[in-house]
Amino acid sequence: MIENHLPILQILVPLIAAPLCLLLRNRVAVTALAIAATWVTFAISVALMATVLQQGPISYELGGWAPPWGIEYRVDILSGFVLVLVSGIGALVATWSPTSISVELPRYERHYLFYCAYLLCLTGLLGIIITGDMFNVFVFLEISALSSYVLISMGQDRRALTAAYSYLIMGTLGATFILIGIGLLYIMTGTLNMADLAVRLQGVIDTRTVIVAFAFLIVGVSLKMALFPLHLWLPNAYAYAPSAVTAFLAATATKVSVYLLLRFFFTVFGYGFAFDRMQLWIFLMPLALIGIVTASLVAVFQNNIKRMLAYSSVAQIGYMVLGISFASVSGLTGGIVHLFNHGLMKCALFLAMGCIVYRCGSVHIDEMRGLGRTMPWTMAAFVAGGLSLIGVPMTVGFISKWYLVKAALEQGLWPVAVLILFSSLLAAVYIWRVVEVAYFEEPSAVEGEGSIREAPLSLLIPMWVLVVAIFYFGVTTKFTAGIAQQAAESLLGVAP
Amino acid sequence: MMETIGLYNYWVVVVLMMTGFYIVVARDNLIKKVIGLSIFQTSVFLLFISVGKVEGGTAPIIAEGFEVYSNPLPGVLILTAIVVGVATTAVALGLVVRINEEYGTIEETEIHRQDAEA
Repeated sequence: MIENHLPILQILVPLIAAPLCLLLRNRVAVTALAIAATWVTFAISVALMATVLQQGPISYELGGWAPPWGIEYRVDILSGFVLVLVSGIGALVATWSPTSISVELPRYERHYLFYCAYLLCLTGLLGIIITGDMFNVFVFLEISALSSYVLISMGQDRRALTAAYSYLIMGTLGATFILIGIGLLYIMTGTLNMADLAVRLQGVIDTRTVIVAFAFLIVGVSLKMALFPLHLWLPNAYAYAPSAVTAFLAATATKVSVYLLLRFFFTVFGYGFAFDRMQLWIFLMPLALIGIVTASLVAVFQNNIKRMLAYSSVAQIGYMVLGISFASVSGLTGGIVHLFNHGLMKCALFLAMGCIVYRCGSVHIDEMRGLGRTMPWTMAAFVAGGLSLIGVPMTVGFISKWYLVKAALEQGLWPVAVLILFSSLLAAVYIWRVVEVAYFEEPSAVEGEGSIREAPLSLLIPMWVLVVAIFYFGVTTKFTAGIAQQAAESLLGVAP
Repeated sequence: MMETIGLYNYWVVVVLMMTGFYIVVARDNLIKKVIGLSIFQTSVFLLFISVGKVEGGTAPIIAEGFEVYSNPLPGVLILTAIVVGVATTAVALGLVVRINEEYGTIEETEIHRQDAEA
């Protein structure tokens, strides 16, 4: 009986746990509740994914109202895949966070507020993925956005406040643009259900209103996913937020926006309109390529390593959008699989940063001298994540770049393939800067009890779970690349 | 010509939207930016509500003698969007208060100057 209601439980579990945090208040109880809720959420998403793989897409009618009148929750192979990623990262980071925030949120004795906002953010992100209703997307978008502004502003540095403020301005503009786009589509079709909209839209596809709606949605989603040149809010937000928040948002928030891009342009507007008629790739591909190269170049010159990784995230968004802009099965597979893989590796890298903040209090490159010796396990995880970012074989990063280069060559775009390889070199440069300082320089002279030790196990274990996943999915691609390919085929409509 | 004037509420929407957007981009004061953002969001509410009105229609309650009803759905949607807008403004103002505590100013250029010095 209960398994019929899994789609709604996916949202309800974190949504109900969030206000419970406010009622409980006790630090131990709240932490335990948050960790339990996130793991239950993860279990539900795995169960949903398994069901989808066996029986095909699930449609859930909220309150028993049949779509298109009622709100529909829809889990297909793509949304199931992204649900597993987001809830998995959510559970791992929640398990990792108690030790970290005990150091990073000293002024906020009230840790329950952190977990309340964290669970709400998770609810919003999962809701965007699972819903099949356009207006519902906007509501969940704002739930996740508002809670992430709060989470970012909890950073120790006062610049976290200004970063959260500019993210709020940019994020609200983006969400309002999406709302305008949804409104214009509603004017033309009188429906908000995505599947129904896709059918009705074909009758009015050539009107100016639909084209304007398309433009508003592109700009809105691009702002939310920090596509170059709309990425300006991202570096500061990631650099000054508490480490747990950075690790969580970097691995999930922008990925969910990429998912939204796929949903809007392939499911709602359809491949024919978005890519044949509107020639969306002319717009997306240059921005993706410029973003990849410039953001990687800027990353090379950053001394705050969290900021460096944030710029690298902007570049990685470029890879995902590049994959989408090819609009071919291998291109989309590359984009979708990179969405998953980048979530894993960037989360591992930011968790390593969090361990360093826990012991050293800073992630400035000068503070990292000799950490290879004093914190061997943390730095090993950083190197593993870094290798994956570069795209070394046996890591997940290689799988995504393989598909992207393959897609570029299929279409004869060899300069694009060269640029992908060139930016991997840039990634090697910025990762190497950290490796050089950490492994080939003497630890800064601190003696006695003040010396830096390895991070505690409660931080190391969740981080190493991700590192193992990086290598596991780098060797066994059946789950990730296999599912991504099926999702790409269904988006392009070539699958049965 | 008459049609252009008859659709005047859409012109109001466009003017409000651009006013709000301009304030967000051009103003230096963080509170004024929040005000601009609110105006920007409000214009979208107006857009939705205008769409729901059917000429000659009444409130959508079935009654004797009425055949034409306005569409209630956009109004309901906007009720949700207004709540979101209020929440956004509240969070934004909360952040401005905290920024003022930390920096002693809410002028953006002054904040950038302090950050550059640090």
